[in-house]
Formats: sequence, C-alpha cells, structure tokens
Amino acid sequence: MSVMEKAWIDIGAISDIPAQGARLVKTARGCIAVFRTADDTVFALDDRCPHKGGPLSQGIVHGRSVTCPLHNWVISLETGAALGADEGQARTYELRVEGGRILLDGAALENLAPE
Amino acid sequence: MKEKLVVIGNGMAPGRALERLFEKAPDRYEVTIFNAEPRVNYDRIMLSPILSGEKSFEDIVIHGDGWYVEKGVNLYKGHKVIGVDRERRTVTSEHGVTVGYDKLIIATGSLPIVIPVPGHDLAGVLTYRDLDDVNAMLLAAKSGGRAVVIGGGLLGLEAAAGLREQGMDVTVLHLMPTLMERQLDPAAGHLLQKAVEARGIRVITRANTHAIIATDGDAGPPRVKAVQLDDGTELPSDLVVMAVGIRPNAAIAKAAGLIVNRGIVVDQTMRTNDPAIFAVGECAEASGQVFGLVAPLYEMANVIAEQLSDNSTATFSPSAVATKLKVTGINLFSAGDFSDGDGREEIVLRDASRCIYKRLVINDNVLVGVVMYGETADGAWFFDLIKKRTDITELRETLIFGQSYAGGAPLDPTAAVAALPDDAEICGCNGVCKGRIVTAIQEKGLTSLDDVRAHTKASASCGTCTGVVEQLMKVTLGDAYNPAAVQPMCGCTTFGHDDVRRLIVAKSLTTIPDVMQELAWSTSGGCAKCRPALNYYLLATWPGTYKDDNQSRFINERVHANIQKDGTFSVVPRMWGGLTTAGELRAIADIVDRYDIPTVKVTGGQRIDMLGVRKEDLPRVWADLNDAGMVSGAAYAKGLRTVKTCVGKEWCRFGTQDSTALGVRIEKFMWGSWTPAKVKMAVSGCPRNCAEATCKDVGVICVDSGYEIHFAGAAGLDIKGTEVLGHVATDDEVIEVIAALVQLYREQGRYLERIYKWAKRVGLDSIRRQALDDVDARRALCERFVHSQKFAQIDPWEERAGGKDAHEFAPIAVLTELEAAE
Ligand code: SRM
Ligand SMILES: Cc1cc2nc3c(=O)[nH]c(=O)nc-3n(C[C@H](O)[C@H](O)[C@H](O)COP(=O)(O)OP(=O)(O)OC[C@H]3O[C@@H](n4cnc5c(N)ncnc54)[C@H](O)[C@@H]3O)c2cc1C
Ligand code: SF4
Ligand code: FES
Repeated sequence: MSVMEKAWIDIGAISDIPAQGARLVKTARGCIAVFRTADDTVFALDDRCPHKGGPLSQGIVHGRSVTCPLHNWVISLETGAALGADEGQARTYELRVEGGRILLDGAALENLAPE
Repeated sequence: MKEKLVVIGNGMAPGRALERLFEKAPDRYEVTIFNAEPRVNYDRIMLSPILSGEKSFEDIVIHGDGWYVEKGVNLYKGHKVIGVDRERRTVTSEHGVTVGYDKLIIATGSLPIVIPVPGHDLAGVLTYRDLDDVNAMLLAAKSGGRAVVIGGGLLGLEAAAGLREQGMDVTVLHLMPTLMERQLDPAAGHLLQKAVEARGIRVITRANTHAIIATDGDAGPPRVKAVQLDDGTELPSDLVVMAVGIRPNAAIAKAAGLIVNRGIVVDQTMRTNDPAIFAVGECAEASGQVFGLVAPLYEMANVIAEQLSDNSTATFSPSAVATKLKVTGINLFSAGDFSDGDGREEIVLRDASRCIYKRLVINDNVLVGVVMYGETADGAWFFDLIKKRTDITELRETLIFGQSYAGGAPLDPTAAVAALPDDAEICGCNGVCKGRIVTAIQEKGLTSLDDVRAHTKASASCGTCTGVVEQLMKVTLGDAYNPAAVQPMCGCTTFGHDDVRRLIVAKSLTTIPDVMQELAWSTSGGCAKCRPALNYYLLATWPGTYKDDNQSRFINERVHANIQKDGTFSVVPRMWGGLTTAGELRAIADIVDRYDIPTVKVTGGQRIDMLGVRKEDLPRVWADLNDAGMVSGAAYAKGLRTVKTCVGKEWCRFGTQDSTALGVRIEKFMWGSWTPAKVKMAVSGCPRNCAEATCKDVGVICVDSGYEIHFAGAAGLDIKGTEVLGHVATDDEVIEVIAALVQLYREQGRYLERIYKWAKRVGLDSIRRQALDDVDARRALCERFVHSQKFAQIDPWEERAGGKDAHEFAPIAVLTELEAAE
C-alpha cells in the first residue's frame, strides 16, 4: 500500500454549522455530512445511513452520535458504526480544524467508490 | 434469499411461536399470515373480561398493527385459507390470494361444538369463541332480556357471569349433575353452583336441551324465543349461547391429505406427516392428546420456534395443566387427576362457614390431584408438587393447610413466595418458573410489572398470577420495588414525563441545558427521544419567551416539510377546511411545472401533497405558494394538522349547520399550535358524518339543536371511535370548548401521546369537567390557548422563504468541480 498524500481542502468555517447540527458537502460521487457537536467537535461521514441510505445530515445530533431521520438508527460520529442492537458502518472522513476553518482530506474523496 | 414461512390462523399459539422465532432467528424468514378473523392477534382468554365490561379490546391485543409492520410480517386479515397445495407448496385464501411457502404452520384452532337440536341455526343463537361472538352478546344484552347459556363448563360460566354483569336475566343449563365436572369433584361443583346462584344466575343441572323454539313469522324474520328441555320445560329467552365444548379445526389439513385423527397428528417436533408442514395450538394432536388451554400450546409454540431455527433437539411432551375460572370473586383451582381409584387416598378440608373446600388426591405418597374452592393461594405450590412428583411423606400432616404450614410456622405471603424453589411454576399460561423471573429482574434490571411481562411473559395472559409476580418482585428488589414507579422519559434520566413537566414549572427551567443540568441528566446533550420532548414542554410552558431549539426537532419540523425515503421532501399547503379555489389550483399547477415536482397527490386529509421536492428548492417553492396566498399545512407537525369538513347546510339537503364554515373557522383559529402529538379534526354537517368526525382527535357533529363535540378518536395504528364530550348550542361555544380541550391536552399530554391515549390515562370525566362543565376552568384554559397562539401563528414557510435558517437549505461546500478535474 502506498502512503497517500493528504490534500486538505477548506470547506468552510465551523460557525457555518449550527451546534448539534450538520451541513452537506456535495461531491461528484455523493454527499458528505459534516457534523458539529455541542462541544464544537467536527466529524465527517458519508451522508448515507448503513440501514437504508437515509440522509444522516438530517438527523438529530446528540453527544457524539446522530439518530437517522428515517428509522432511528443511532450512528457514532467518531467511528461511523451503528450503535446498540443494529449493525452497520457508515464511512468516515478525516478532517482538521485550523483557526476556525474546517479542512477535509481531498485525497480520501478521490478514493470514493463511484455511486 | 429469505425462506418463506406461511401461517394459517393468527391465534395465541402461532403468535407466541413467531415471537420466539423472531428472537432466535430475526431475519431468517419472510412471514405471511392468513387469518379468517379480520383482526390482529389478541388474548382470547380475556374475552370474558370484555364481556363483563372489565376490559376493552385494546387492552387484550397481543400484537398491534405496529408489531407486524416492525417485524415485516404480511398479515392478511379476514382471509380464510381454502386450500393448501402440497405439490406446489402454496396456500390460497378465499379472496384469491395465493402465497408460496418453504415452511407452513397450520394453527386453525378449534371450532365450538353446536348441538344439532332443532332451531340451532336461528338468529339469536351464538357460540363463544371470538370477539364477534362477544360483540354480538354485548349487543343483545343492550336491550336486556333473557339469556340461556347451554353448558356449565369454564366457558359457559364465564359467559353467564358476563351476561349477568351486563344486566341480563341468565339461566345456565348443564347436562351433568354438577358444574365443571371435568375440572371439579362434585363437592366443589356444588359450592360453585351456590356461588353462581348467589349472583342471580339460575342453574339447572341434568338439563337436556330438546329444541330451540322460534318466534312467529309475523313479527319479522324468525329468531329464538325459548329453549325447550326434554322434560317439556320451556325457558323463554332472547339469546342462547352454546358453550358445550370445542372440536379441533382440522378441515383444511384433512383436505390437504395430512393425517388427522381427533386433531392434526404431529410428532414430537410438531411436524405433520409432511415435514414442511407444522401444526400448533388447539388444532394439533400430540401424543394422542388435544388441548384446550394455552399453557401446553405455548410449549408447542416454543418447540416450533426452536425447530424453525434449526434446533432439532427441542421436543414437545404434554404435562399436567391447571385450571382457574376467571369470574371476579369466585376462586377456584384444579390440577392433575382427582378421580377416585384403587390405592388412592385423599385429604379433605371443609370450612363451611368460610365457604372453603380443599381436596388433595395422593397416590404412593405423591400428590396427583388437587381441587380447591374459596381459597386458592397455594395453587402454585400444590401444582409444583404434582409436576415434580415430590414425596410428601414428611409434609403429609399439614399438607392440606398449604405451604405456610409445611415448614412449621405460618409465613407471610411474601416469605411464602421467597421459599418457593427456583423451578416452581409461577405463570401457568406461559410456563414461566420462578428462577426465570428472578434472573430476568436481576440481569435486565427490570423494575416494573410491565417490564417483567415484556421480558418473561409472566402474568401477561390471564393475569391470575399477577399477585405472585408482584410478590416476587418485592422479594427480589426489596425496597427498590415500587409498584407505582414511573417509566423514565428515556435512558438519559430517571424522571418520567410528568415529573419533568412539573419540575420545569416548579424550578422555572427555561432552556434544555437548564433542564438537563438541574435534573441531573446522565448524558451530555440528551438523545433523540428526550430532546424533542423537552423542546415541546418548554415551548408549551413558556409561550412567547422560550426560544425554540431547532436542533432538537425532528427533521420534518426543523425544515417544515416531510422527508421522503430518498431524502427529498413533500410540501402540503393548507386548504382551510378542505376548500380551495381556481387560483390556488392554478398556482399549484405552475409550481409543479416550474420545479419539476414528480408527484402530486390528494391526501387523506382533504388537501394536496407535492412529493419529491429537492431540499434546496423548498424556500422558492414556499415563496411561490405564499404569493398565491397559501401557508404551510403543517403536515409534518406535532401540532394541528387538518380540519376536514363536509359540504353541510350550504349545499347538502341533510345539512343542519354550516359545517364547512365552522371547519374553516376552527382551522384558522387553531393553526400553528404545537401539541404533544398531531391533532386532527373534522366537522360533519349531520349525523351521517361524511367528514368522518367520529374517528378524529376532535370531531364536531352538527345537529338541529347545535353541535355535538367529540374527542379521543383514532384511525391509524389503532382504531377507536370518539367519545362524546358534550353538546353546545352555538359555534362560539364550539370554539371555546375545543380550545380549552386542546389546551388541557397541551398542558397534560406526554410527548407523542395522542389525545385518545391521554384521555384514557387521565380519565374522560376529568377532561369533561375542565373543558366543558366548569365554565370558569374552561374559559381560563381557552385564554391560555389564545395567548400562546399569538406567538405560534407565524407562517414558517414565509419566514424561511425570507431567509431564516438559510444554512438548512444549502450545502456548506460544493466540490464537484474538483472531482471533475481529476
Ligand atoms: C400524506 C398522507 C397520506 C395520503 O397521501 O393521503 C399521510 C402521509 C404520512 N403519514 Fe399519515 N398521512 C395522511 C393521513 C393520515 C390519516 C388520515 C387522516 O388524517 O384523516 C391517518 C389516520 C388518522 C389518524 O391519525 O388517527 C394517518 C395516520 C398516520 C400515522 C398513525 C398515527 C397514529 O398515532 O396512529 C402515522 C405514523 C405516526 O404519526 O407516527 C402517519 C405518518 C405519516 C407520514 C408522516 C410518515 C412519515 O413519518 O414520514 C407520511 C408522510 C408522507 C408525506 O411526506 O406526505 N400517518 N395519516 C395523509 C396526509 C394528510 C394531510 O393532508 O395532512
Ligand atoms: C372465552 C374463552 C376463555 C378462555 N379462557 C381460558 C383460560 O382461562 N385459560 C386458558 O388456558 N385458556 C383459555 N381459553 C382457551 C384459549 O383461548 C385457547 O386455547 C387458545 O386461544 C387457542 O389458541 P390457538 O392459536 O390454537 O387457536 P385460536 O386462538 O382459536 O386461533 C385460531 C385462528 O385461526 C383462524 N382460522 C381458522 N381457520 C382458518 C383458515 N382456514 N384460514 C385462516 N385462518 C383460520 C381463526 O379465525 C382463529 O383466529 C379460553 C377460550 C375462550 C374462547
Ligand atoms: S403514507 Fe402513511 S400509510 Fe402510506 S406508507 Fe406512508 S405512513 Fe404508511
Ligand atoms: S435509513 Fe437510517 S435508520 Fe433506516
């Protein structure tokens, strides 16, 4: 495996996302949901619930998880894994926050599986 | 691919089998059920409490419609199966639905026996088996009159007691010399007869029914008029209930070529002679026996669940069963074999003044049978001795006095339960022993009776063991067991909804973080269950000052449209009272074209739904709807949804009042209000009720003298006709009463509790008093509602079309170009 260069892309300011909320990043290969928790930590996940593809960005954010709006699966923002009795995994993306700006790893985006 | 499992019959036995199967192999089968009865699975045992008026149908449903949806089970209600094709492996219903199976369960139950005397098919002659029979009896009882129950067994006596409770004059006819002779010895049967007669029920034993006599043809179609006995006696009657026994319902199995004896013959694995086909319940015959009580049927159900999840070692072998009579105030218990015989001894205790009778039958120092009348608390203990074949030599002296004396000193009831061995059976219906209950309480941290019922099924069927289960909870949990304990709101707190509401007011808590801080929430930031509830409680408590927390709202309420399965949204504008205009329709048509909206649908709520709108188009769609004078229909809200109306007096030849105008007025007055759950209303112009007002949260039926106000109806997951709140004379009063009613609900309802559930919890009378009869209370409620409406009647679409929450409708970044450049 080759070591991938990270290509950080500035997608916006942390203040652009409401606390306990989410915004979308649109890419040619689908949407990424960027979440902000109550304590201002930011996470990025595929905007597709591992259950039936529900848009996670539209769910309620609580602690470090989000409840999917379609059938209430609870997904960990840290790992992308479904919590509780459900099993499934949403893809997560690395990001950094610098000076209030959110930087997403562009290299990872290029490896996105085509829709 | 999932295997296909088809079930014929949806009674208690297959219901239990599926429950266990879904626990063991949740995703293995695609299940289809055909049920001749047009309803979900309910607790047939509890029909008698419905007849006597102690319970309603809702109370005895085992699996509500929601269960089938959740488990992905396809239930065909009211579909009787008429054929099983074993070659093709399909079953076909009378309505022509054919479904293929890999595995089939036949669970067709029993048919009540009808004695073929002349007149047995007359109108007014019923059997006692299902809800329809009970409803027919209740209807007949409404007009009072006389009932004759043929059969003095368990069912006959329960029917008789129920009909008596409903005010009928009841006679029981029994062929044998004493009642319930299959379960009771003559002495106990005699005591029972005395107790039945003391309730005003006439009992005739040794009564042989000769014929049922019809009314004369002149007074309408013939129906039952009297029952004639062999000795010529004629007993006038308006209703005859035959409860003389049951016969396994095996016709469908026989026609399919399966081996049928008395019932459908199964082996120890519950398979018929076709290994793909199982039979369970009263229709099945195992080890040469058929069964008529649920305990063994539930054991069969467990075996099927094991077999279907590949545990081939599970087998069924019948064991002793115990009988109780469910007539409030009559205590009776019998188990095992109590016939006289060589080498059998008995111990009898009679206390004539206290009406107590106990008889133990012993064979070779082992208890083999017990009959008890009057005092039955030791039933479980005796039954345990019988099943385990315990040597009772040591206990013999005091055995008849029960468990309290067995160890010497008398014990209190809790100590008696504590002394039971772990494998003592507590719940006979479900075969649950003490050890299982105690383990479940300890391991799962159960604290309420409902929890114990949900996890172990103990006391979840006929309920006669509830007392013992509660004792067990006391023994296991000590002081931690508090029967009045409340259900916590969610896993983040130990407070229940009502406590949280009370404390919000008492401690003047005004924000969600305040509530969580003050009430010591165990999570940081709550969860998706408590946050929307807290947001509503704060909004309802502090109108005008609380700042709505958008992030604590479910997506639909956050963006004022309904999310669809593909992530697009639907948009439903208000059409006040179901009225629209050419202008509105034209505007809708243009908007549909402009934004390329794929589906336009008329909703069940008398308005138009545009489905498949892209999220980023929502603000513009709303702006255009606003321009045409339309506002949000709140089709997404825990708030006022629709007010359906009929055309009423303005057009209809039967209309008594202007129902359309009243509906529009109500909707204009009530729109925008947030409520614990959604609120739907309707106004019908006359009792023909074309607006279906009698299944709504609030309904109005116009009559010549004014308006009848209804409430607490439902027509979704549950179906329930409304209750009448009361009658008022003017439309102004209608408005005041409805506002008062809704405000009371806003103040007392728990989040997501529809009006009918709230009403059931707090009681109809208390609502009627505050929202209608007590004019001061009613006015005060109405004023509080009007005050909160000042802050609620702002069209959310207009706000967002104007730029509010713009971040919701636009991505933070678009990286499509970057990808394209690659
Ligand atoms: C659009 C509509 C079906 C239609 O095409 O006609 C509809 C659509 C939905 N209903 Fe409904 N219901 C619609 C009339 C009804 C009715 C009939 C009525 O209102 O007269 C009922 C039965 C009456 C009742 O509520 O008692 C009804 C009982 C339900 C229920 C069961 C509620 C219950 O407490 O039993 C749900 C589930 C829930 O709310 O949790 C539900 C939920 C839903 C949801 C919101 C499902 C969801 O959570 O996404 C559907 C939203 C689809 C959408 O985006 O528009 N819908 N739903 C109807 C909209 C009426 C309107 O103009 O606002
Ligand atoms: C009033 C009353 C009181 C009772 N009290 C007690 C009690 O206290 N304790 C106790 O242990 N037991 C009691 N019982 C008995 C107990 O209810 C039954 O043993 C139990 O319900 C039988 O369950 P089952 O699943 O075998 O059949 P059922 O519950 O009878 O279900 C059979 C179902 O199959 C359907 N069906 C039949 N043929 C077809 C077909 N061809 N296609 C599709 N569907 C079909 C029927 O409509 C029915 O709904 C009582 C029974 C009654 C009626
Ligand atoms: S609109 Fe209502 S009935 Fe139809 S699928 Fe959705 S929730 Fe079910
Ligand atoms: S799609 Fe997310 S829970 Fe079903």
